[in-house]
Amino acid sequence: MSQLNVAIDTVGVADATPDEKQPWAELGLKEDEYQRIREILGRRPTQSELAMYSIMWSEHCSYKSSRVHLRQFGEKNPKTPRLLAGIGENAGVVAIDENIAVTFKVESHNHPSYVEPKQGAATGVGGIIRDIIAMGARPIAVMDSLRFGAIDHPDTARVLPGVVDGIGHYGNCVGLPNIGGETYFDACYQGNPLVNALSVGVMPRSRLQSMQASGVGNTVILMGAKTGRDGIGGVSVLASATFSETGEGDARPSVQVGDPFTEKLLIEVCLELFDAGLVVGVQDLGGAGLTCALSETAAAGDGGMHVDLERVPLRAKGMEPQDILASESQERMLLIVDPAKAEEVLARSRRWGLLATEIGTVTDTGRLVVDFHGQTVVDVPPKSLADEGPVYHRPIAEPNDLGLIAVDRAETLPRPTTADEIRQTVLDMAASPNLCDKSWITEQYDSSVFGNTVLGTPHDAGVVRLDERTGVGIAISLDGNGRFARLDPYVGAQLSLAEAYRNVAVTGATPIAISDCLNFGSPEDPHVMWQFERAVTGIADGAQKLGIPVTGGNVSFYNQTGRDAIHPTPVIGVLGVIDDVARRIPLGLGKTGDTIALVGTTEEELSGSEWASVKHGHLGGVPPKVDLDHEMKLAELLSRLAGTEQLAAAHDLSEGGLAQALVEAICFSGLGAQILLPEGADAFTYLFSESSGRVLVVIPRGQELAVRTACEQRGLPITPLGVTDANTDGLHLRDHFDIGREELEASWKGRIGLHLGE
Amino acid sequence: MSARVGVVTFPGSLDDRDAARAVRLAGGEPVGLWHDDAALGRVDAVFLPGGFSYGDALRCGAIARFSQVMDTVKAAAAQGMPVLGVCNGFQVLCESHLLPGALVRNAHLRYRNRPARLRVETSRTAWTRLYQPGSEVVFPAKHGEGRYVADEAVLDRLEADGRVVFRYLDNPNGSMRDIAGVTNEAGNVVGLMPHPEHAVDELTGPSNDGLGIVASVLAHLTGAADTSGVSR
Repeated sequence: MSQLNVAIDTVGVADATPDEKQPWAELGLKEDEYQRIREILGRRPTQSELAMYSIMWSEHCSYKSSRVHLRQFGEKNPKTPRLLAGIGENAGVVAIDENIAVTFKVESHNHPSYVEPKQGAATGVGGIIRDIIAMGARPIAVMDSLRFGAIDHPDTARVLPGVVDGIGHYGNCVGLPNIGGETYFDACYQGNPLVNALSVGVMPRSRLQSMQASGVGNTVILMGAKTGRDGIGGVSVLASATFSETGEGDARPSVQVGDPFTEKLLIEVCLELFDAGLVVGVQDLGGAGLTCALSETAAAGDGGMHVDLERVPLRAKGMEPQDILASESQERMLLIVDPAKAEEVLARSRRWGLLATEIGTVTDTGRLVVDFHGQTVVDVPPKSLADEGPVYHRPIAEPNDLGLIAVDRAETLPRPTTADEIRQTVLDMAASPNLCDKSWITEQYDSSVFGNTVLGTPHDAGVVRLDERTGVGIAISLDGNGRFARLDPYVGAQLSLAEAYRNVAVTGATPIAISDCLNFGSPEDPHVMWQFERAVTGIADGAQKLGIPVTGGNVSFYNQTGRDAIHPTPVIGVLGVIDDVARRIPLGLGKTGDTIALVGTTEEELSGSEWASVKHGHLGGVPPKVDLDHEMKLAELLSRLAGTEQLAAAHDLSEGGLAQALVEAICFSGLGAQILLPEGADAFTYLFSESSGRVLVVIPRGQELAVRTACEQRGLPITPLGVTDANTDGLHLRDHFDIGREELEASWKGRIGLHLGE
Repeated sequence: MSARVGVVTFPGSLDDRDAARAVRLAGGEPVGLWHDDAALGRVDAVFLPGGFSYGDALRCGAIARFSQVMDTVKAAAAQGMPVLGVCNGFQVLCESHLLPGALVRNAHLRYRNRPARLRVETSRTAWTRLYQPGSEVVFPAKHGEGRYVADEAVLDRLEADGRVVFRYLDNPNGSMRDIAGVTNEAGNVVGLMPHPEHAVDELTGPSNDGLGIVASVLAHLTGAADTSGVSR
């Protein structure tokens, strides 16, 4: 026995001292919650138990404010035989074919990335990768969706480079290609940046893993990094308390530090163990550390577990049991293995130089019992921690200002009218923070490791090959638009869903599944809860309509400083499948003589647009209409034309409208475009409207009629706009203006570095 | 019988599978080698892949130098076995003193990923004999610590002996004299920062120029004639 310097609060002590005052409020528990814990246990909780309940019943772990709304996903999700594991698992799993399955998920790490940008973002990437491993998959790519405050705010110069460094450092060192994402700037994210990380993994369908601690007598093994003091209480405090503007009562513990090298070893060892059939159950340790992993695996399994906590390898001295249970040290996994195979598991870990330790046993007692040096510090029913946390029905109220905002339409704002003014607007928009070239960021990420990245940044979606023999692959896009969601969270969420769906379709892939990351302000504000409820309903209805399920995701509340919440920002990831990645449709302009055309309808829809924001600092009116029937037809068309190789290139129209899509296609391809707007079209509206459901397509010579016919058969309007011409310098808009490529690039490129003072 | 090219996996190696793919696509037989195992298993050449061996602890490549497998690789290299190091593998070769110079933090202090245009300066190495000297290739360059440095005398000697193998056309990291890759005196050991194994297929890379690297060593091993095949 090692010597203990402090009196440990054991179950026996708790029994003997029922009236001892406990810091439940400081740990974020409400009085009725504390009383419920006492009822469950029939006594006061020990310190360790109190810590565990406070963590597992926090907003972050229990989803207590969101749960009643998230049920909609389950209720409305279309039934599909592709779905092998859905909401409630570490990540959703969908079948690609009879052999291969893919798992993907997006998760937030917003608050830690504000406190300590590099490590906050890095551990966000690390956390989502472990979710993918826990399903039995090899992680094969990452993506990220980022929101920062105004680009010229001094704090953005602190947060942005740190976040990018963290994402790059972790992803590059663990060896995953970063295949895309998005970066936006808006003053509403000042102090509350959003860092949403997505990872995707692939596995043989037979390797799907479970988080169940089943099989009485099975051994519980903790694998990976040693357990230290990092991030103790990080989840419950960091994720559940709004930053106060004064800094008063501000309990920010240290953000965890990531070690991608250990994560890389975890990937290799876990996959080796799964393949050898050595693992009964597996769970990653992320937010809430051992507390969450032990209670979730025990609750999902045969109901009981005994753990000897002093066996946990520690990296700090003097850690008390509640510290060990709450620690958020990164790069750890919990494995449930047959005791006869435990030695082989430990040996395989050793071969890779990875620590693995037997810390407990699966029991049939229905209790999670944790001993520390022979003294029982935890004795609880695990389901009470993992599954039976509080559920809130938070008050909901439509914000009072929505009516006023709706009538303050951007369509009434002054516009450029002369050719020169419109020309200048094209350049100014291309140079604006949200539309400019993001290679300052994306060049810091590896994109080609694994040798399977077929499309990466700046294409509309990332495309990754899964199988070299068959060419089968996936496409993923991650999209959000907080401005549209602020104007109408239901429509805004559906617009983001439609955009992600379309971005996947633009590559020629067929969308099959959705993951979401829901970033909102404080759930204690009824207006925020209204936004949340509307956005969730929009996504659930949209998924139902599109016929593809929401397979999982993440909620991030309390993105708020004082009374100022961020724009509601649902970020949607859509996964698609493409039978042969060689037939993907890239961004670009094809080659000289190809026809440039627009599929979809352009209306006068400027409210919530980038133009309104950049040129007028305006946010009002109602967002563009969303038509999911149209999106489905469009996706089917693109998939068909990819299969028959009748498109040379395609590009989704979104922020910045047609003008920005042309700028990007020209700069990416190095070719020129001769454009003639349709007769009678208002040039400004046609170039800058953000009407949804539109795609710029480039049709190889000789295929014009076939493509037109395919559109007409589906009732999709197609408008020829011009031709690709290598001899045209940049953008030639007939009857209006010319902009040389050099001038376009000078506006579009290098902006991020300039703003950051480089 | 195709030639056997060993691909070493250190803890933290990332491009080992990709190196094996490049070997396979070029017509060789990839053989996995383990850092902690001195046996080279009858391989004809060795490929040290990119990554972050041992977590870049101490210095990139500094720990790998002391691995079991590197003891054998050093001995085999001295006997003329072709050895290639890419990115972290190049760092390992420099740390192991199989190649001169060192790779330090990029001049701009950041990790940067860009397709790099390179000029092949010599075909007189085991790994470049199928390229035309002076020809241009495009490989992805992606690293934070890829700035090649050596003292002036060493650089002069490398130039004089024709041991600069690849030179950047747009130097991405501040490497001295735009050096992207070098070889040893015998021409059997080559190291470079950009990744030929990520340029084996135009579907997934900026070019397929990288196939020539493994094709060269296969030709070298079978004694095929120079300057055929993949030059451009």
